[in-house]
Amino acid sequence: MSRFLLPLSIFVVVVIFLGVGLTLNPREIPSPLVGKAAPEFSQPQLYDQEKTFSPADLKGKVWLLNFWASWCSGCKTEHPVLMELAKSGQVPIYGMDYKDQRDEAVTWLQRWGNPYSVVGVDEAGRVGINFGVYGVPETYVIDKQGVIRYKQIGPLYPDTIEKTILPLVKQLESQ
Amino acid sequence: MIPEIGHFALILALCVAVMQGSLPIYGAAVGNSALMAVAKPAARAQFLLVLIAFCCLGYAFAEKDFSVLYVAATSNSQLPLHYRLAAIWGAHEGSLLLWTFILTLWMFAVTLFSAHLPETTRSRILGVMGLVSVGFLLFMLTVSNPFERLIPAAPEGRDLNPLLQDPGMVIHPPMLYMGYVGFSVAFAFAIAALLGGNLDAAWARWSRPWTTVAWCFLTIGIALGSGWAYYELGWGGWWFWDPVENASFMPWLAGTALVHSLAVTDKRGGFKVWTVLLAIMAFSLSLLGTFLVRSGVLTSVHAFATDPKRGLFILAFLAIVIGGSLALYAWRAPKVGLGGSFAMLSREGMLLANNVLLVAAMGSVLLGTLYPLFLDALDLGKISVGPPYFDSVFVPLMVPALFLMGIGPLAQWKKASVPDLAKRLKWAFGVSVVSALTLPIVLGSWTPLLSLGLLLAIWIMTTSAIGLRERLAHVNGNSLVERLASVPRSYWGMLVAHCGIAVFIVGVTMVKGFETEKDVRMNVGETASIGDYLFRFDGAQDVVGPNYTAVQGTFSVSRDGRDTTVLYPEKRRYPAQNQVMTEAAIDPGLLRDLYVSLGEPLDDGAWSVRLYHKPFIDWIWGGCFIMALGGALAISDRRYRLAWRRQEQAVPVPTRAARRKVA
Amino acid sequence: MKMKWVMLIILCVSGPAWAGEARPLADDPVAEARLKHLAVELRCLVCQNQTLADSNAPLAEDLRREVRDMIAKDMSDQEIIEFLVSRYGDFVLYRPPLKATTTLLWVGPFALLTIGAAALVITLRRRAHTVVDVVVTDEEHRKVEQLLAEGGKRS
Repeated sequence: MSRFLLPLSIFVVVVIFLGVGLTLNPREIPSPLVGKAAPEFSQPQLYDQEKTFSPADLKGKVWLLNFWASWCSGCKTEHPVLMELAKSGQVPIYGMDYKDQRDEAVTWLQRWGNPYSVVGVDEAGRVGINFGVYGVPETYVIDKQGVIRYKQIGPLYPDTIEKTILPLVKQLESQ
Repeated sequence: MIPEIGHFALILALCVAVMQGSLPIYGAAVGNSALMAVAKPAARAQFLLVLIAFCCLGYAFAEKDFSVLYVAATSNSQLPLHYRLAAIWGAHEGSLLLWTFILTLWMFAVTLFSAHLPETTRSRILGVMGLVSVGFLLFMLTVSNPFERLIPAAPEGRDLNPLLQDPGMVIHPPMLYMGYVGFSVAFAFAIAALLGGNLDAAWARWSRPWTTVAWCFLTIGIALGSGWAYYELGWGGWWFWDPVENASFMPWLAGTALVHSLAVTDKRGGFKVWTVLLAIMAFSLSLLGTFLVRSGVLTSVHAFATDPKRGLFILAFLAIVIGGSLALYAWRAPKVGLGGSFAMLSREGMLLANNVLLVAAMGSVLLGTLYPLFLDALDLGKISVGPPYFDSVFVPLMVPALFLMGIGPLAQWKKASVPDLAKRLKWAFGVSVVSALTLPIVLGSWTPLLSLGLLLAIWIMTTSAIGLRERLAHVNGNSLVERLASVPRSYWGMLVAHCGIAVFIVGVTMVKGFETEKDVRMNVGETASIGDYLFRFDGAQDVVGPNYTAVQGTFSVSRDGRDTTVLYPEKRRYPAQNQVMTEAAIDPGLLRDLYVSLGEPLDDGAWSVRLYHKPFIDWIWGGCFIMALGGALAISDRRYRLAWRRQEQAVPVPTRAARRKVA
Repeated sequence: MKMKWVMLIILCVSGPAWAGEARPLADDPVAEARLKHLAVELRCLVCQNQTLADSNAPLAEDLRREVRDMIAKDMSDQEIIEFLVSRYGDFVLYRPPLKATTTLLWVGPFALLTIGAAALVITLRRRAHTVVDVVVTDEEHRKVEQLLAEGGKRS
């Protein structure tokens, strides 16, 4: 008798997994970099090409690194959320203008507002590759020791900020 | 108005399907022939209603009725008529309608060709199919209605995905669905037999032609899809082990196993339990494929737009249909008899060994397709399972299966003897080994895989030839032609289908072993050579299509100074959604394809160009069509034709007591 | 108008003086072959069902550029793959590495085959003992044939 139940049991297991699968997003790929030191870089700044922007300058701070571009529609979606967060002053946001035209990026920020403390420029997308960026916008939470603690793929929503980012930032700051 | 008629027809069809799915099955259980008699007219009515709905949607597309959401989303006023009609199955809602339509078409076919079935069996079969159809009609009417209105109407439709604007895409989905859904007949036969407790040799005999027809359609459907990927995606590949391709390949593997297992059950009455399970599996995998494509649990190039509600619906439907039938199986199968005996080394034994290999291969494809999902669900990380995995797992499983394919048809039923087989096969074996070792050297490069592929192909061919020769020695007839004609069609069918596999293997082996490609930057007048052929770029010009503009390159191809052909690859831009498509130009040939696709324009009028020389690639699809031809030959066999012809004459025979158990 | 231009260009340049062998797109065909060899087993992250070799996504182009650079630096295949895996995870590999979590994936097919083969052999052995020979007699076969051939509504 039992061997005749085998196909049914296998099927039940598959259905359970498929059911769980429905709640997952196959496009989202967890980053292996979470828990590791953020890659070093030294990129020119958007508003002042003479100056550079490097994570080394931010040791001892908890900060957000946001990859964005003027051509990216998801960045437009999350922009008000970033503006709100910047206004609240709870955590500094640093921008990385990813594979973009400088003048277009400047116009974009002029038009929609600039939430960033400093904006770096990653024209060739090399910093993006080192951070494992595969679709902008992407946002990283980096702790005082320069370790990546969290990665958000796709736009930030008020919900993500409230429930995930800010509690994490508070916890990291108290360390 | 017309779309509302279509919508209404679907609602009526659902009502009819509910009746068809309940009354006849109940009637068969209690022996009420009035209730059982509902099945046939209900199935025909349902077919008619879904046909009406299908035509209504077709009409909406033909008339460019952009007040229908689905029409507005998948077509455009610039789209030529034949593509507007093909757009019926260009996206989720319409392809479901096609699915349902084909299901009712198969039902209709069952009502036509089932006069020889006992009424209880027929009512159960149509009842089960009616239940499946209830699920699909409900699915359409609740979360995927193709007739949903868009008010106010869109002034212009979006467009059919340019990838699908292709003659191959016009016929690929109907063929594929004919196959998928065709397995529902074998499934319904199996469930009916389980319900009635009369799993007998007659059941296997009845299921065989239906299964073979569905298998033929599926084979052609898969081949068309693969051919489409080859020339439309512009990468020159023909199979990517993409989840959606796997979704069509798994039912094929199960169906192939079923076709062979039915032969054992038909001949020896054995392994009924296994055959029934395969019949359930083949259709279940078709349904699973539908789920995988539409629920968005896996990413795929072809996946339809996804919606969690839809995913949940199909999953629930899957759970009920497959779970229900497997539960019925667990309950009823233990009571089924064992059937006749046979030795391990016999035709039956080898068919079953082949079954084990095919099912293991099917299981591997399933495992590889779902494994990333399993890991993700358990939060163990994300992985990708792609062509390198499937290639390295699939080939070792198929090699013994193909080797057995050569021996099986020559082994005696019931009990075969090794020395006898060895004696009959030694020439085939010798010829295969020697030519497999030498042929690649003659062709210019020897690799183990090349040799293995050729070995298997030649092995299948030579053993088939031996089989045919022995067969000819045993049939009556004076001339060769007469004797060839008296070999049964079913035997020819098997032979042809097996040779189709051999042709397919030759194609795969030769392409993998000898294909060459070149990425070049070509300016006007410059030449590039690949595989003895010289390509000269004669410039690019703008052309205008019905709903696109394109840059068309002109390439003159010559060989040894003689002109071979002129190829016109295009880079098309479809303004409706501003999409760019690479339209490769191919010069097909029996021994090689020449393939050119335009890359990007470079400075000073030059283009990046990709050239391929693909030896024997058309044998891949040719092999598939030969396989399907073999299936067609098998079902044209005398015994089926006789059964059908007699059935027509025998209709007025007065009813006698039901003879339920035959064996 | 454009046609004329094209014709003119063709006329101008198709003379034998201009006709020449087209250059390979890549500067270094050997490196390109190695890139191709690597890239067909790597998954593009943007359009997720294409290989890195086939994809035209900007990120895929960037990654190919990175891989080219690494090839130029004479890094081994292993090092190049590690570079990508450390950034994007095992997801980029179309050939999943053998790990604790993927053991079932790699062993599964062959386990399935072994179990299937064992089950077949055991079942056939057991049948040989329990089945009385020829349950479907020729007589019964004939009856099936007859039933099929006669047809008619028999219930």
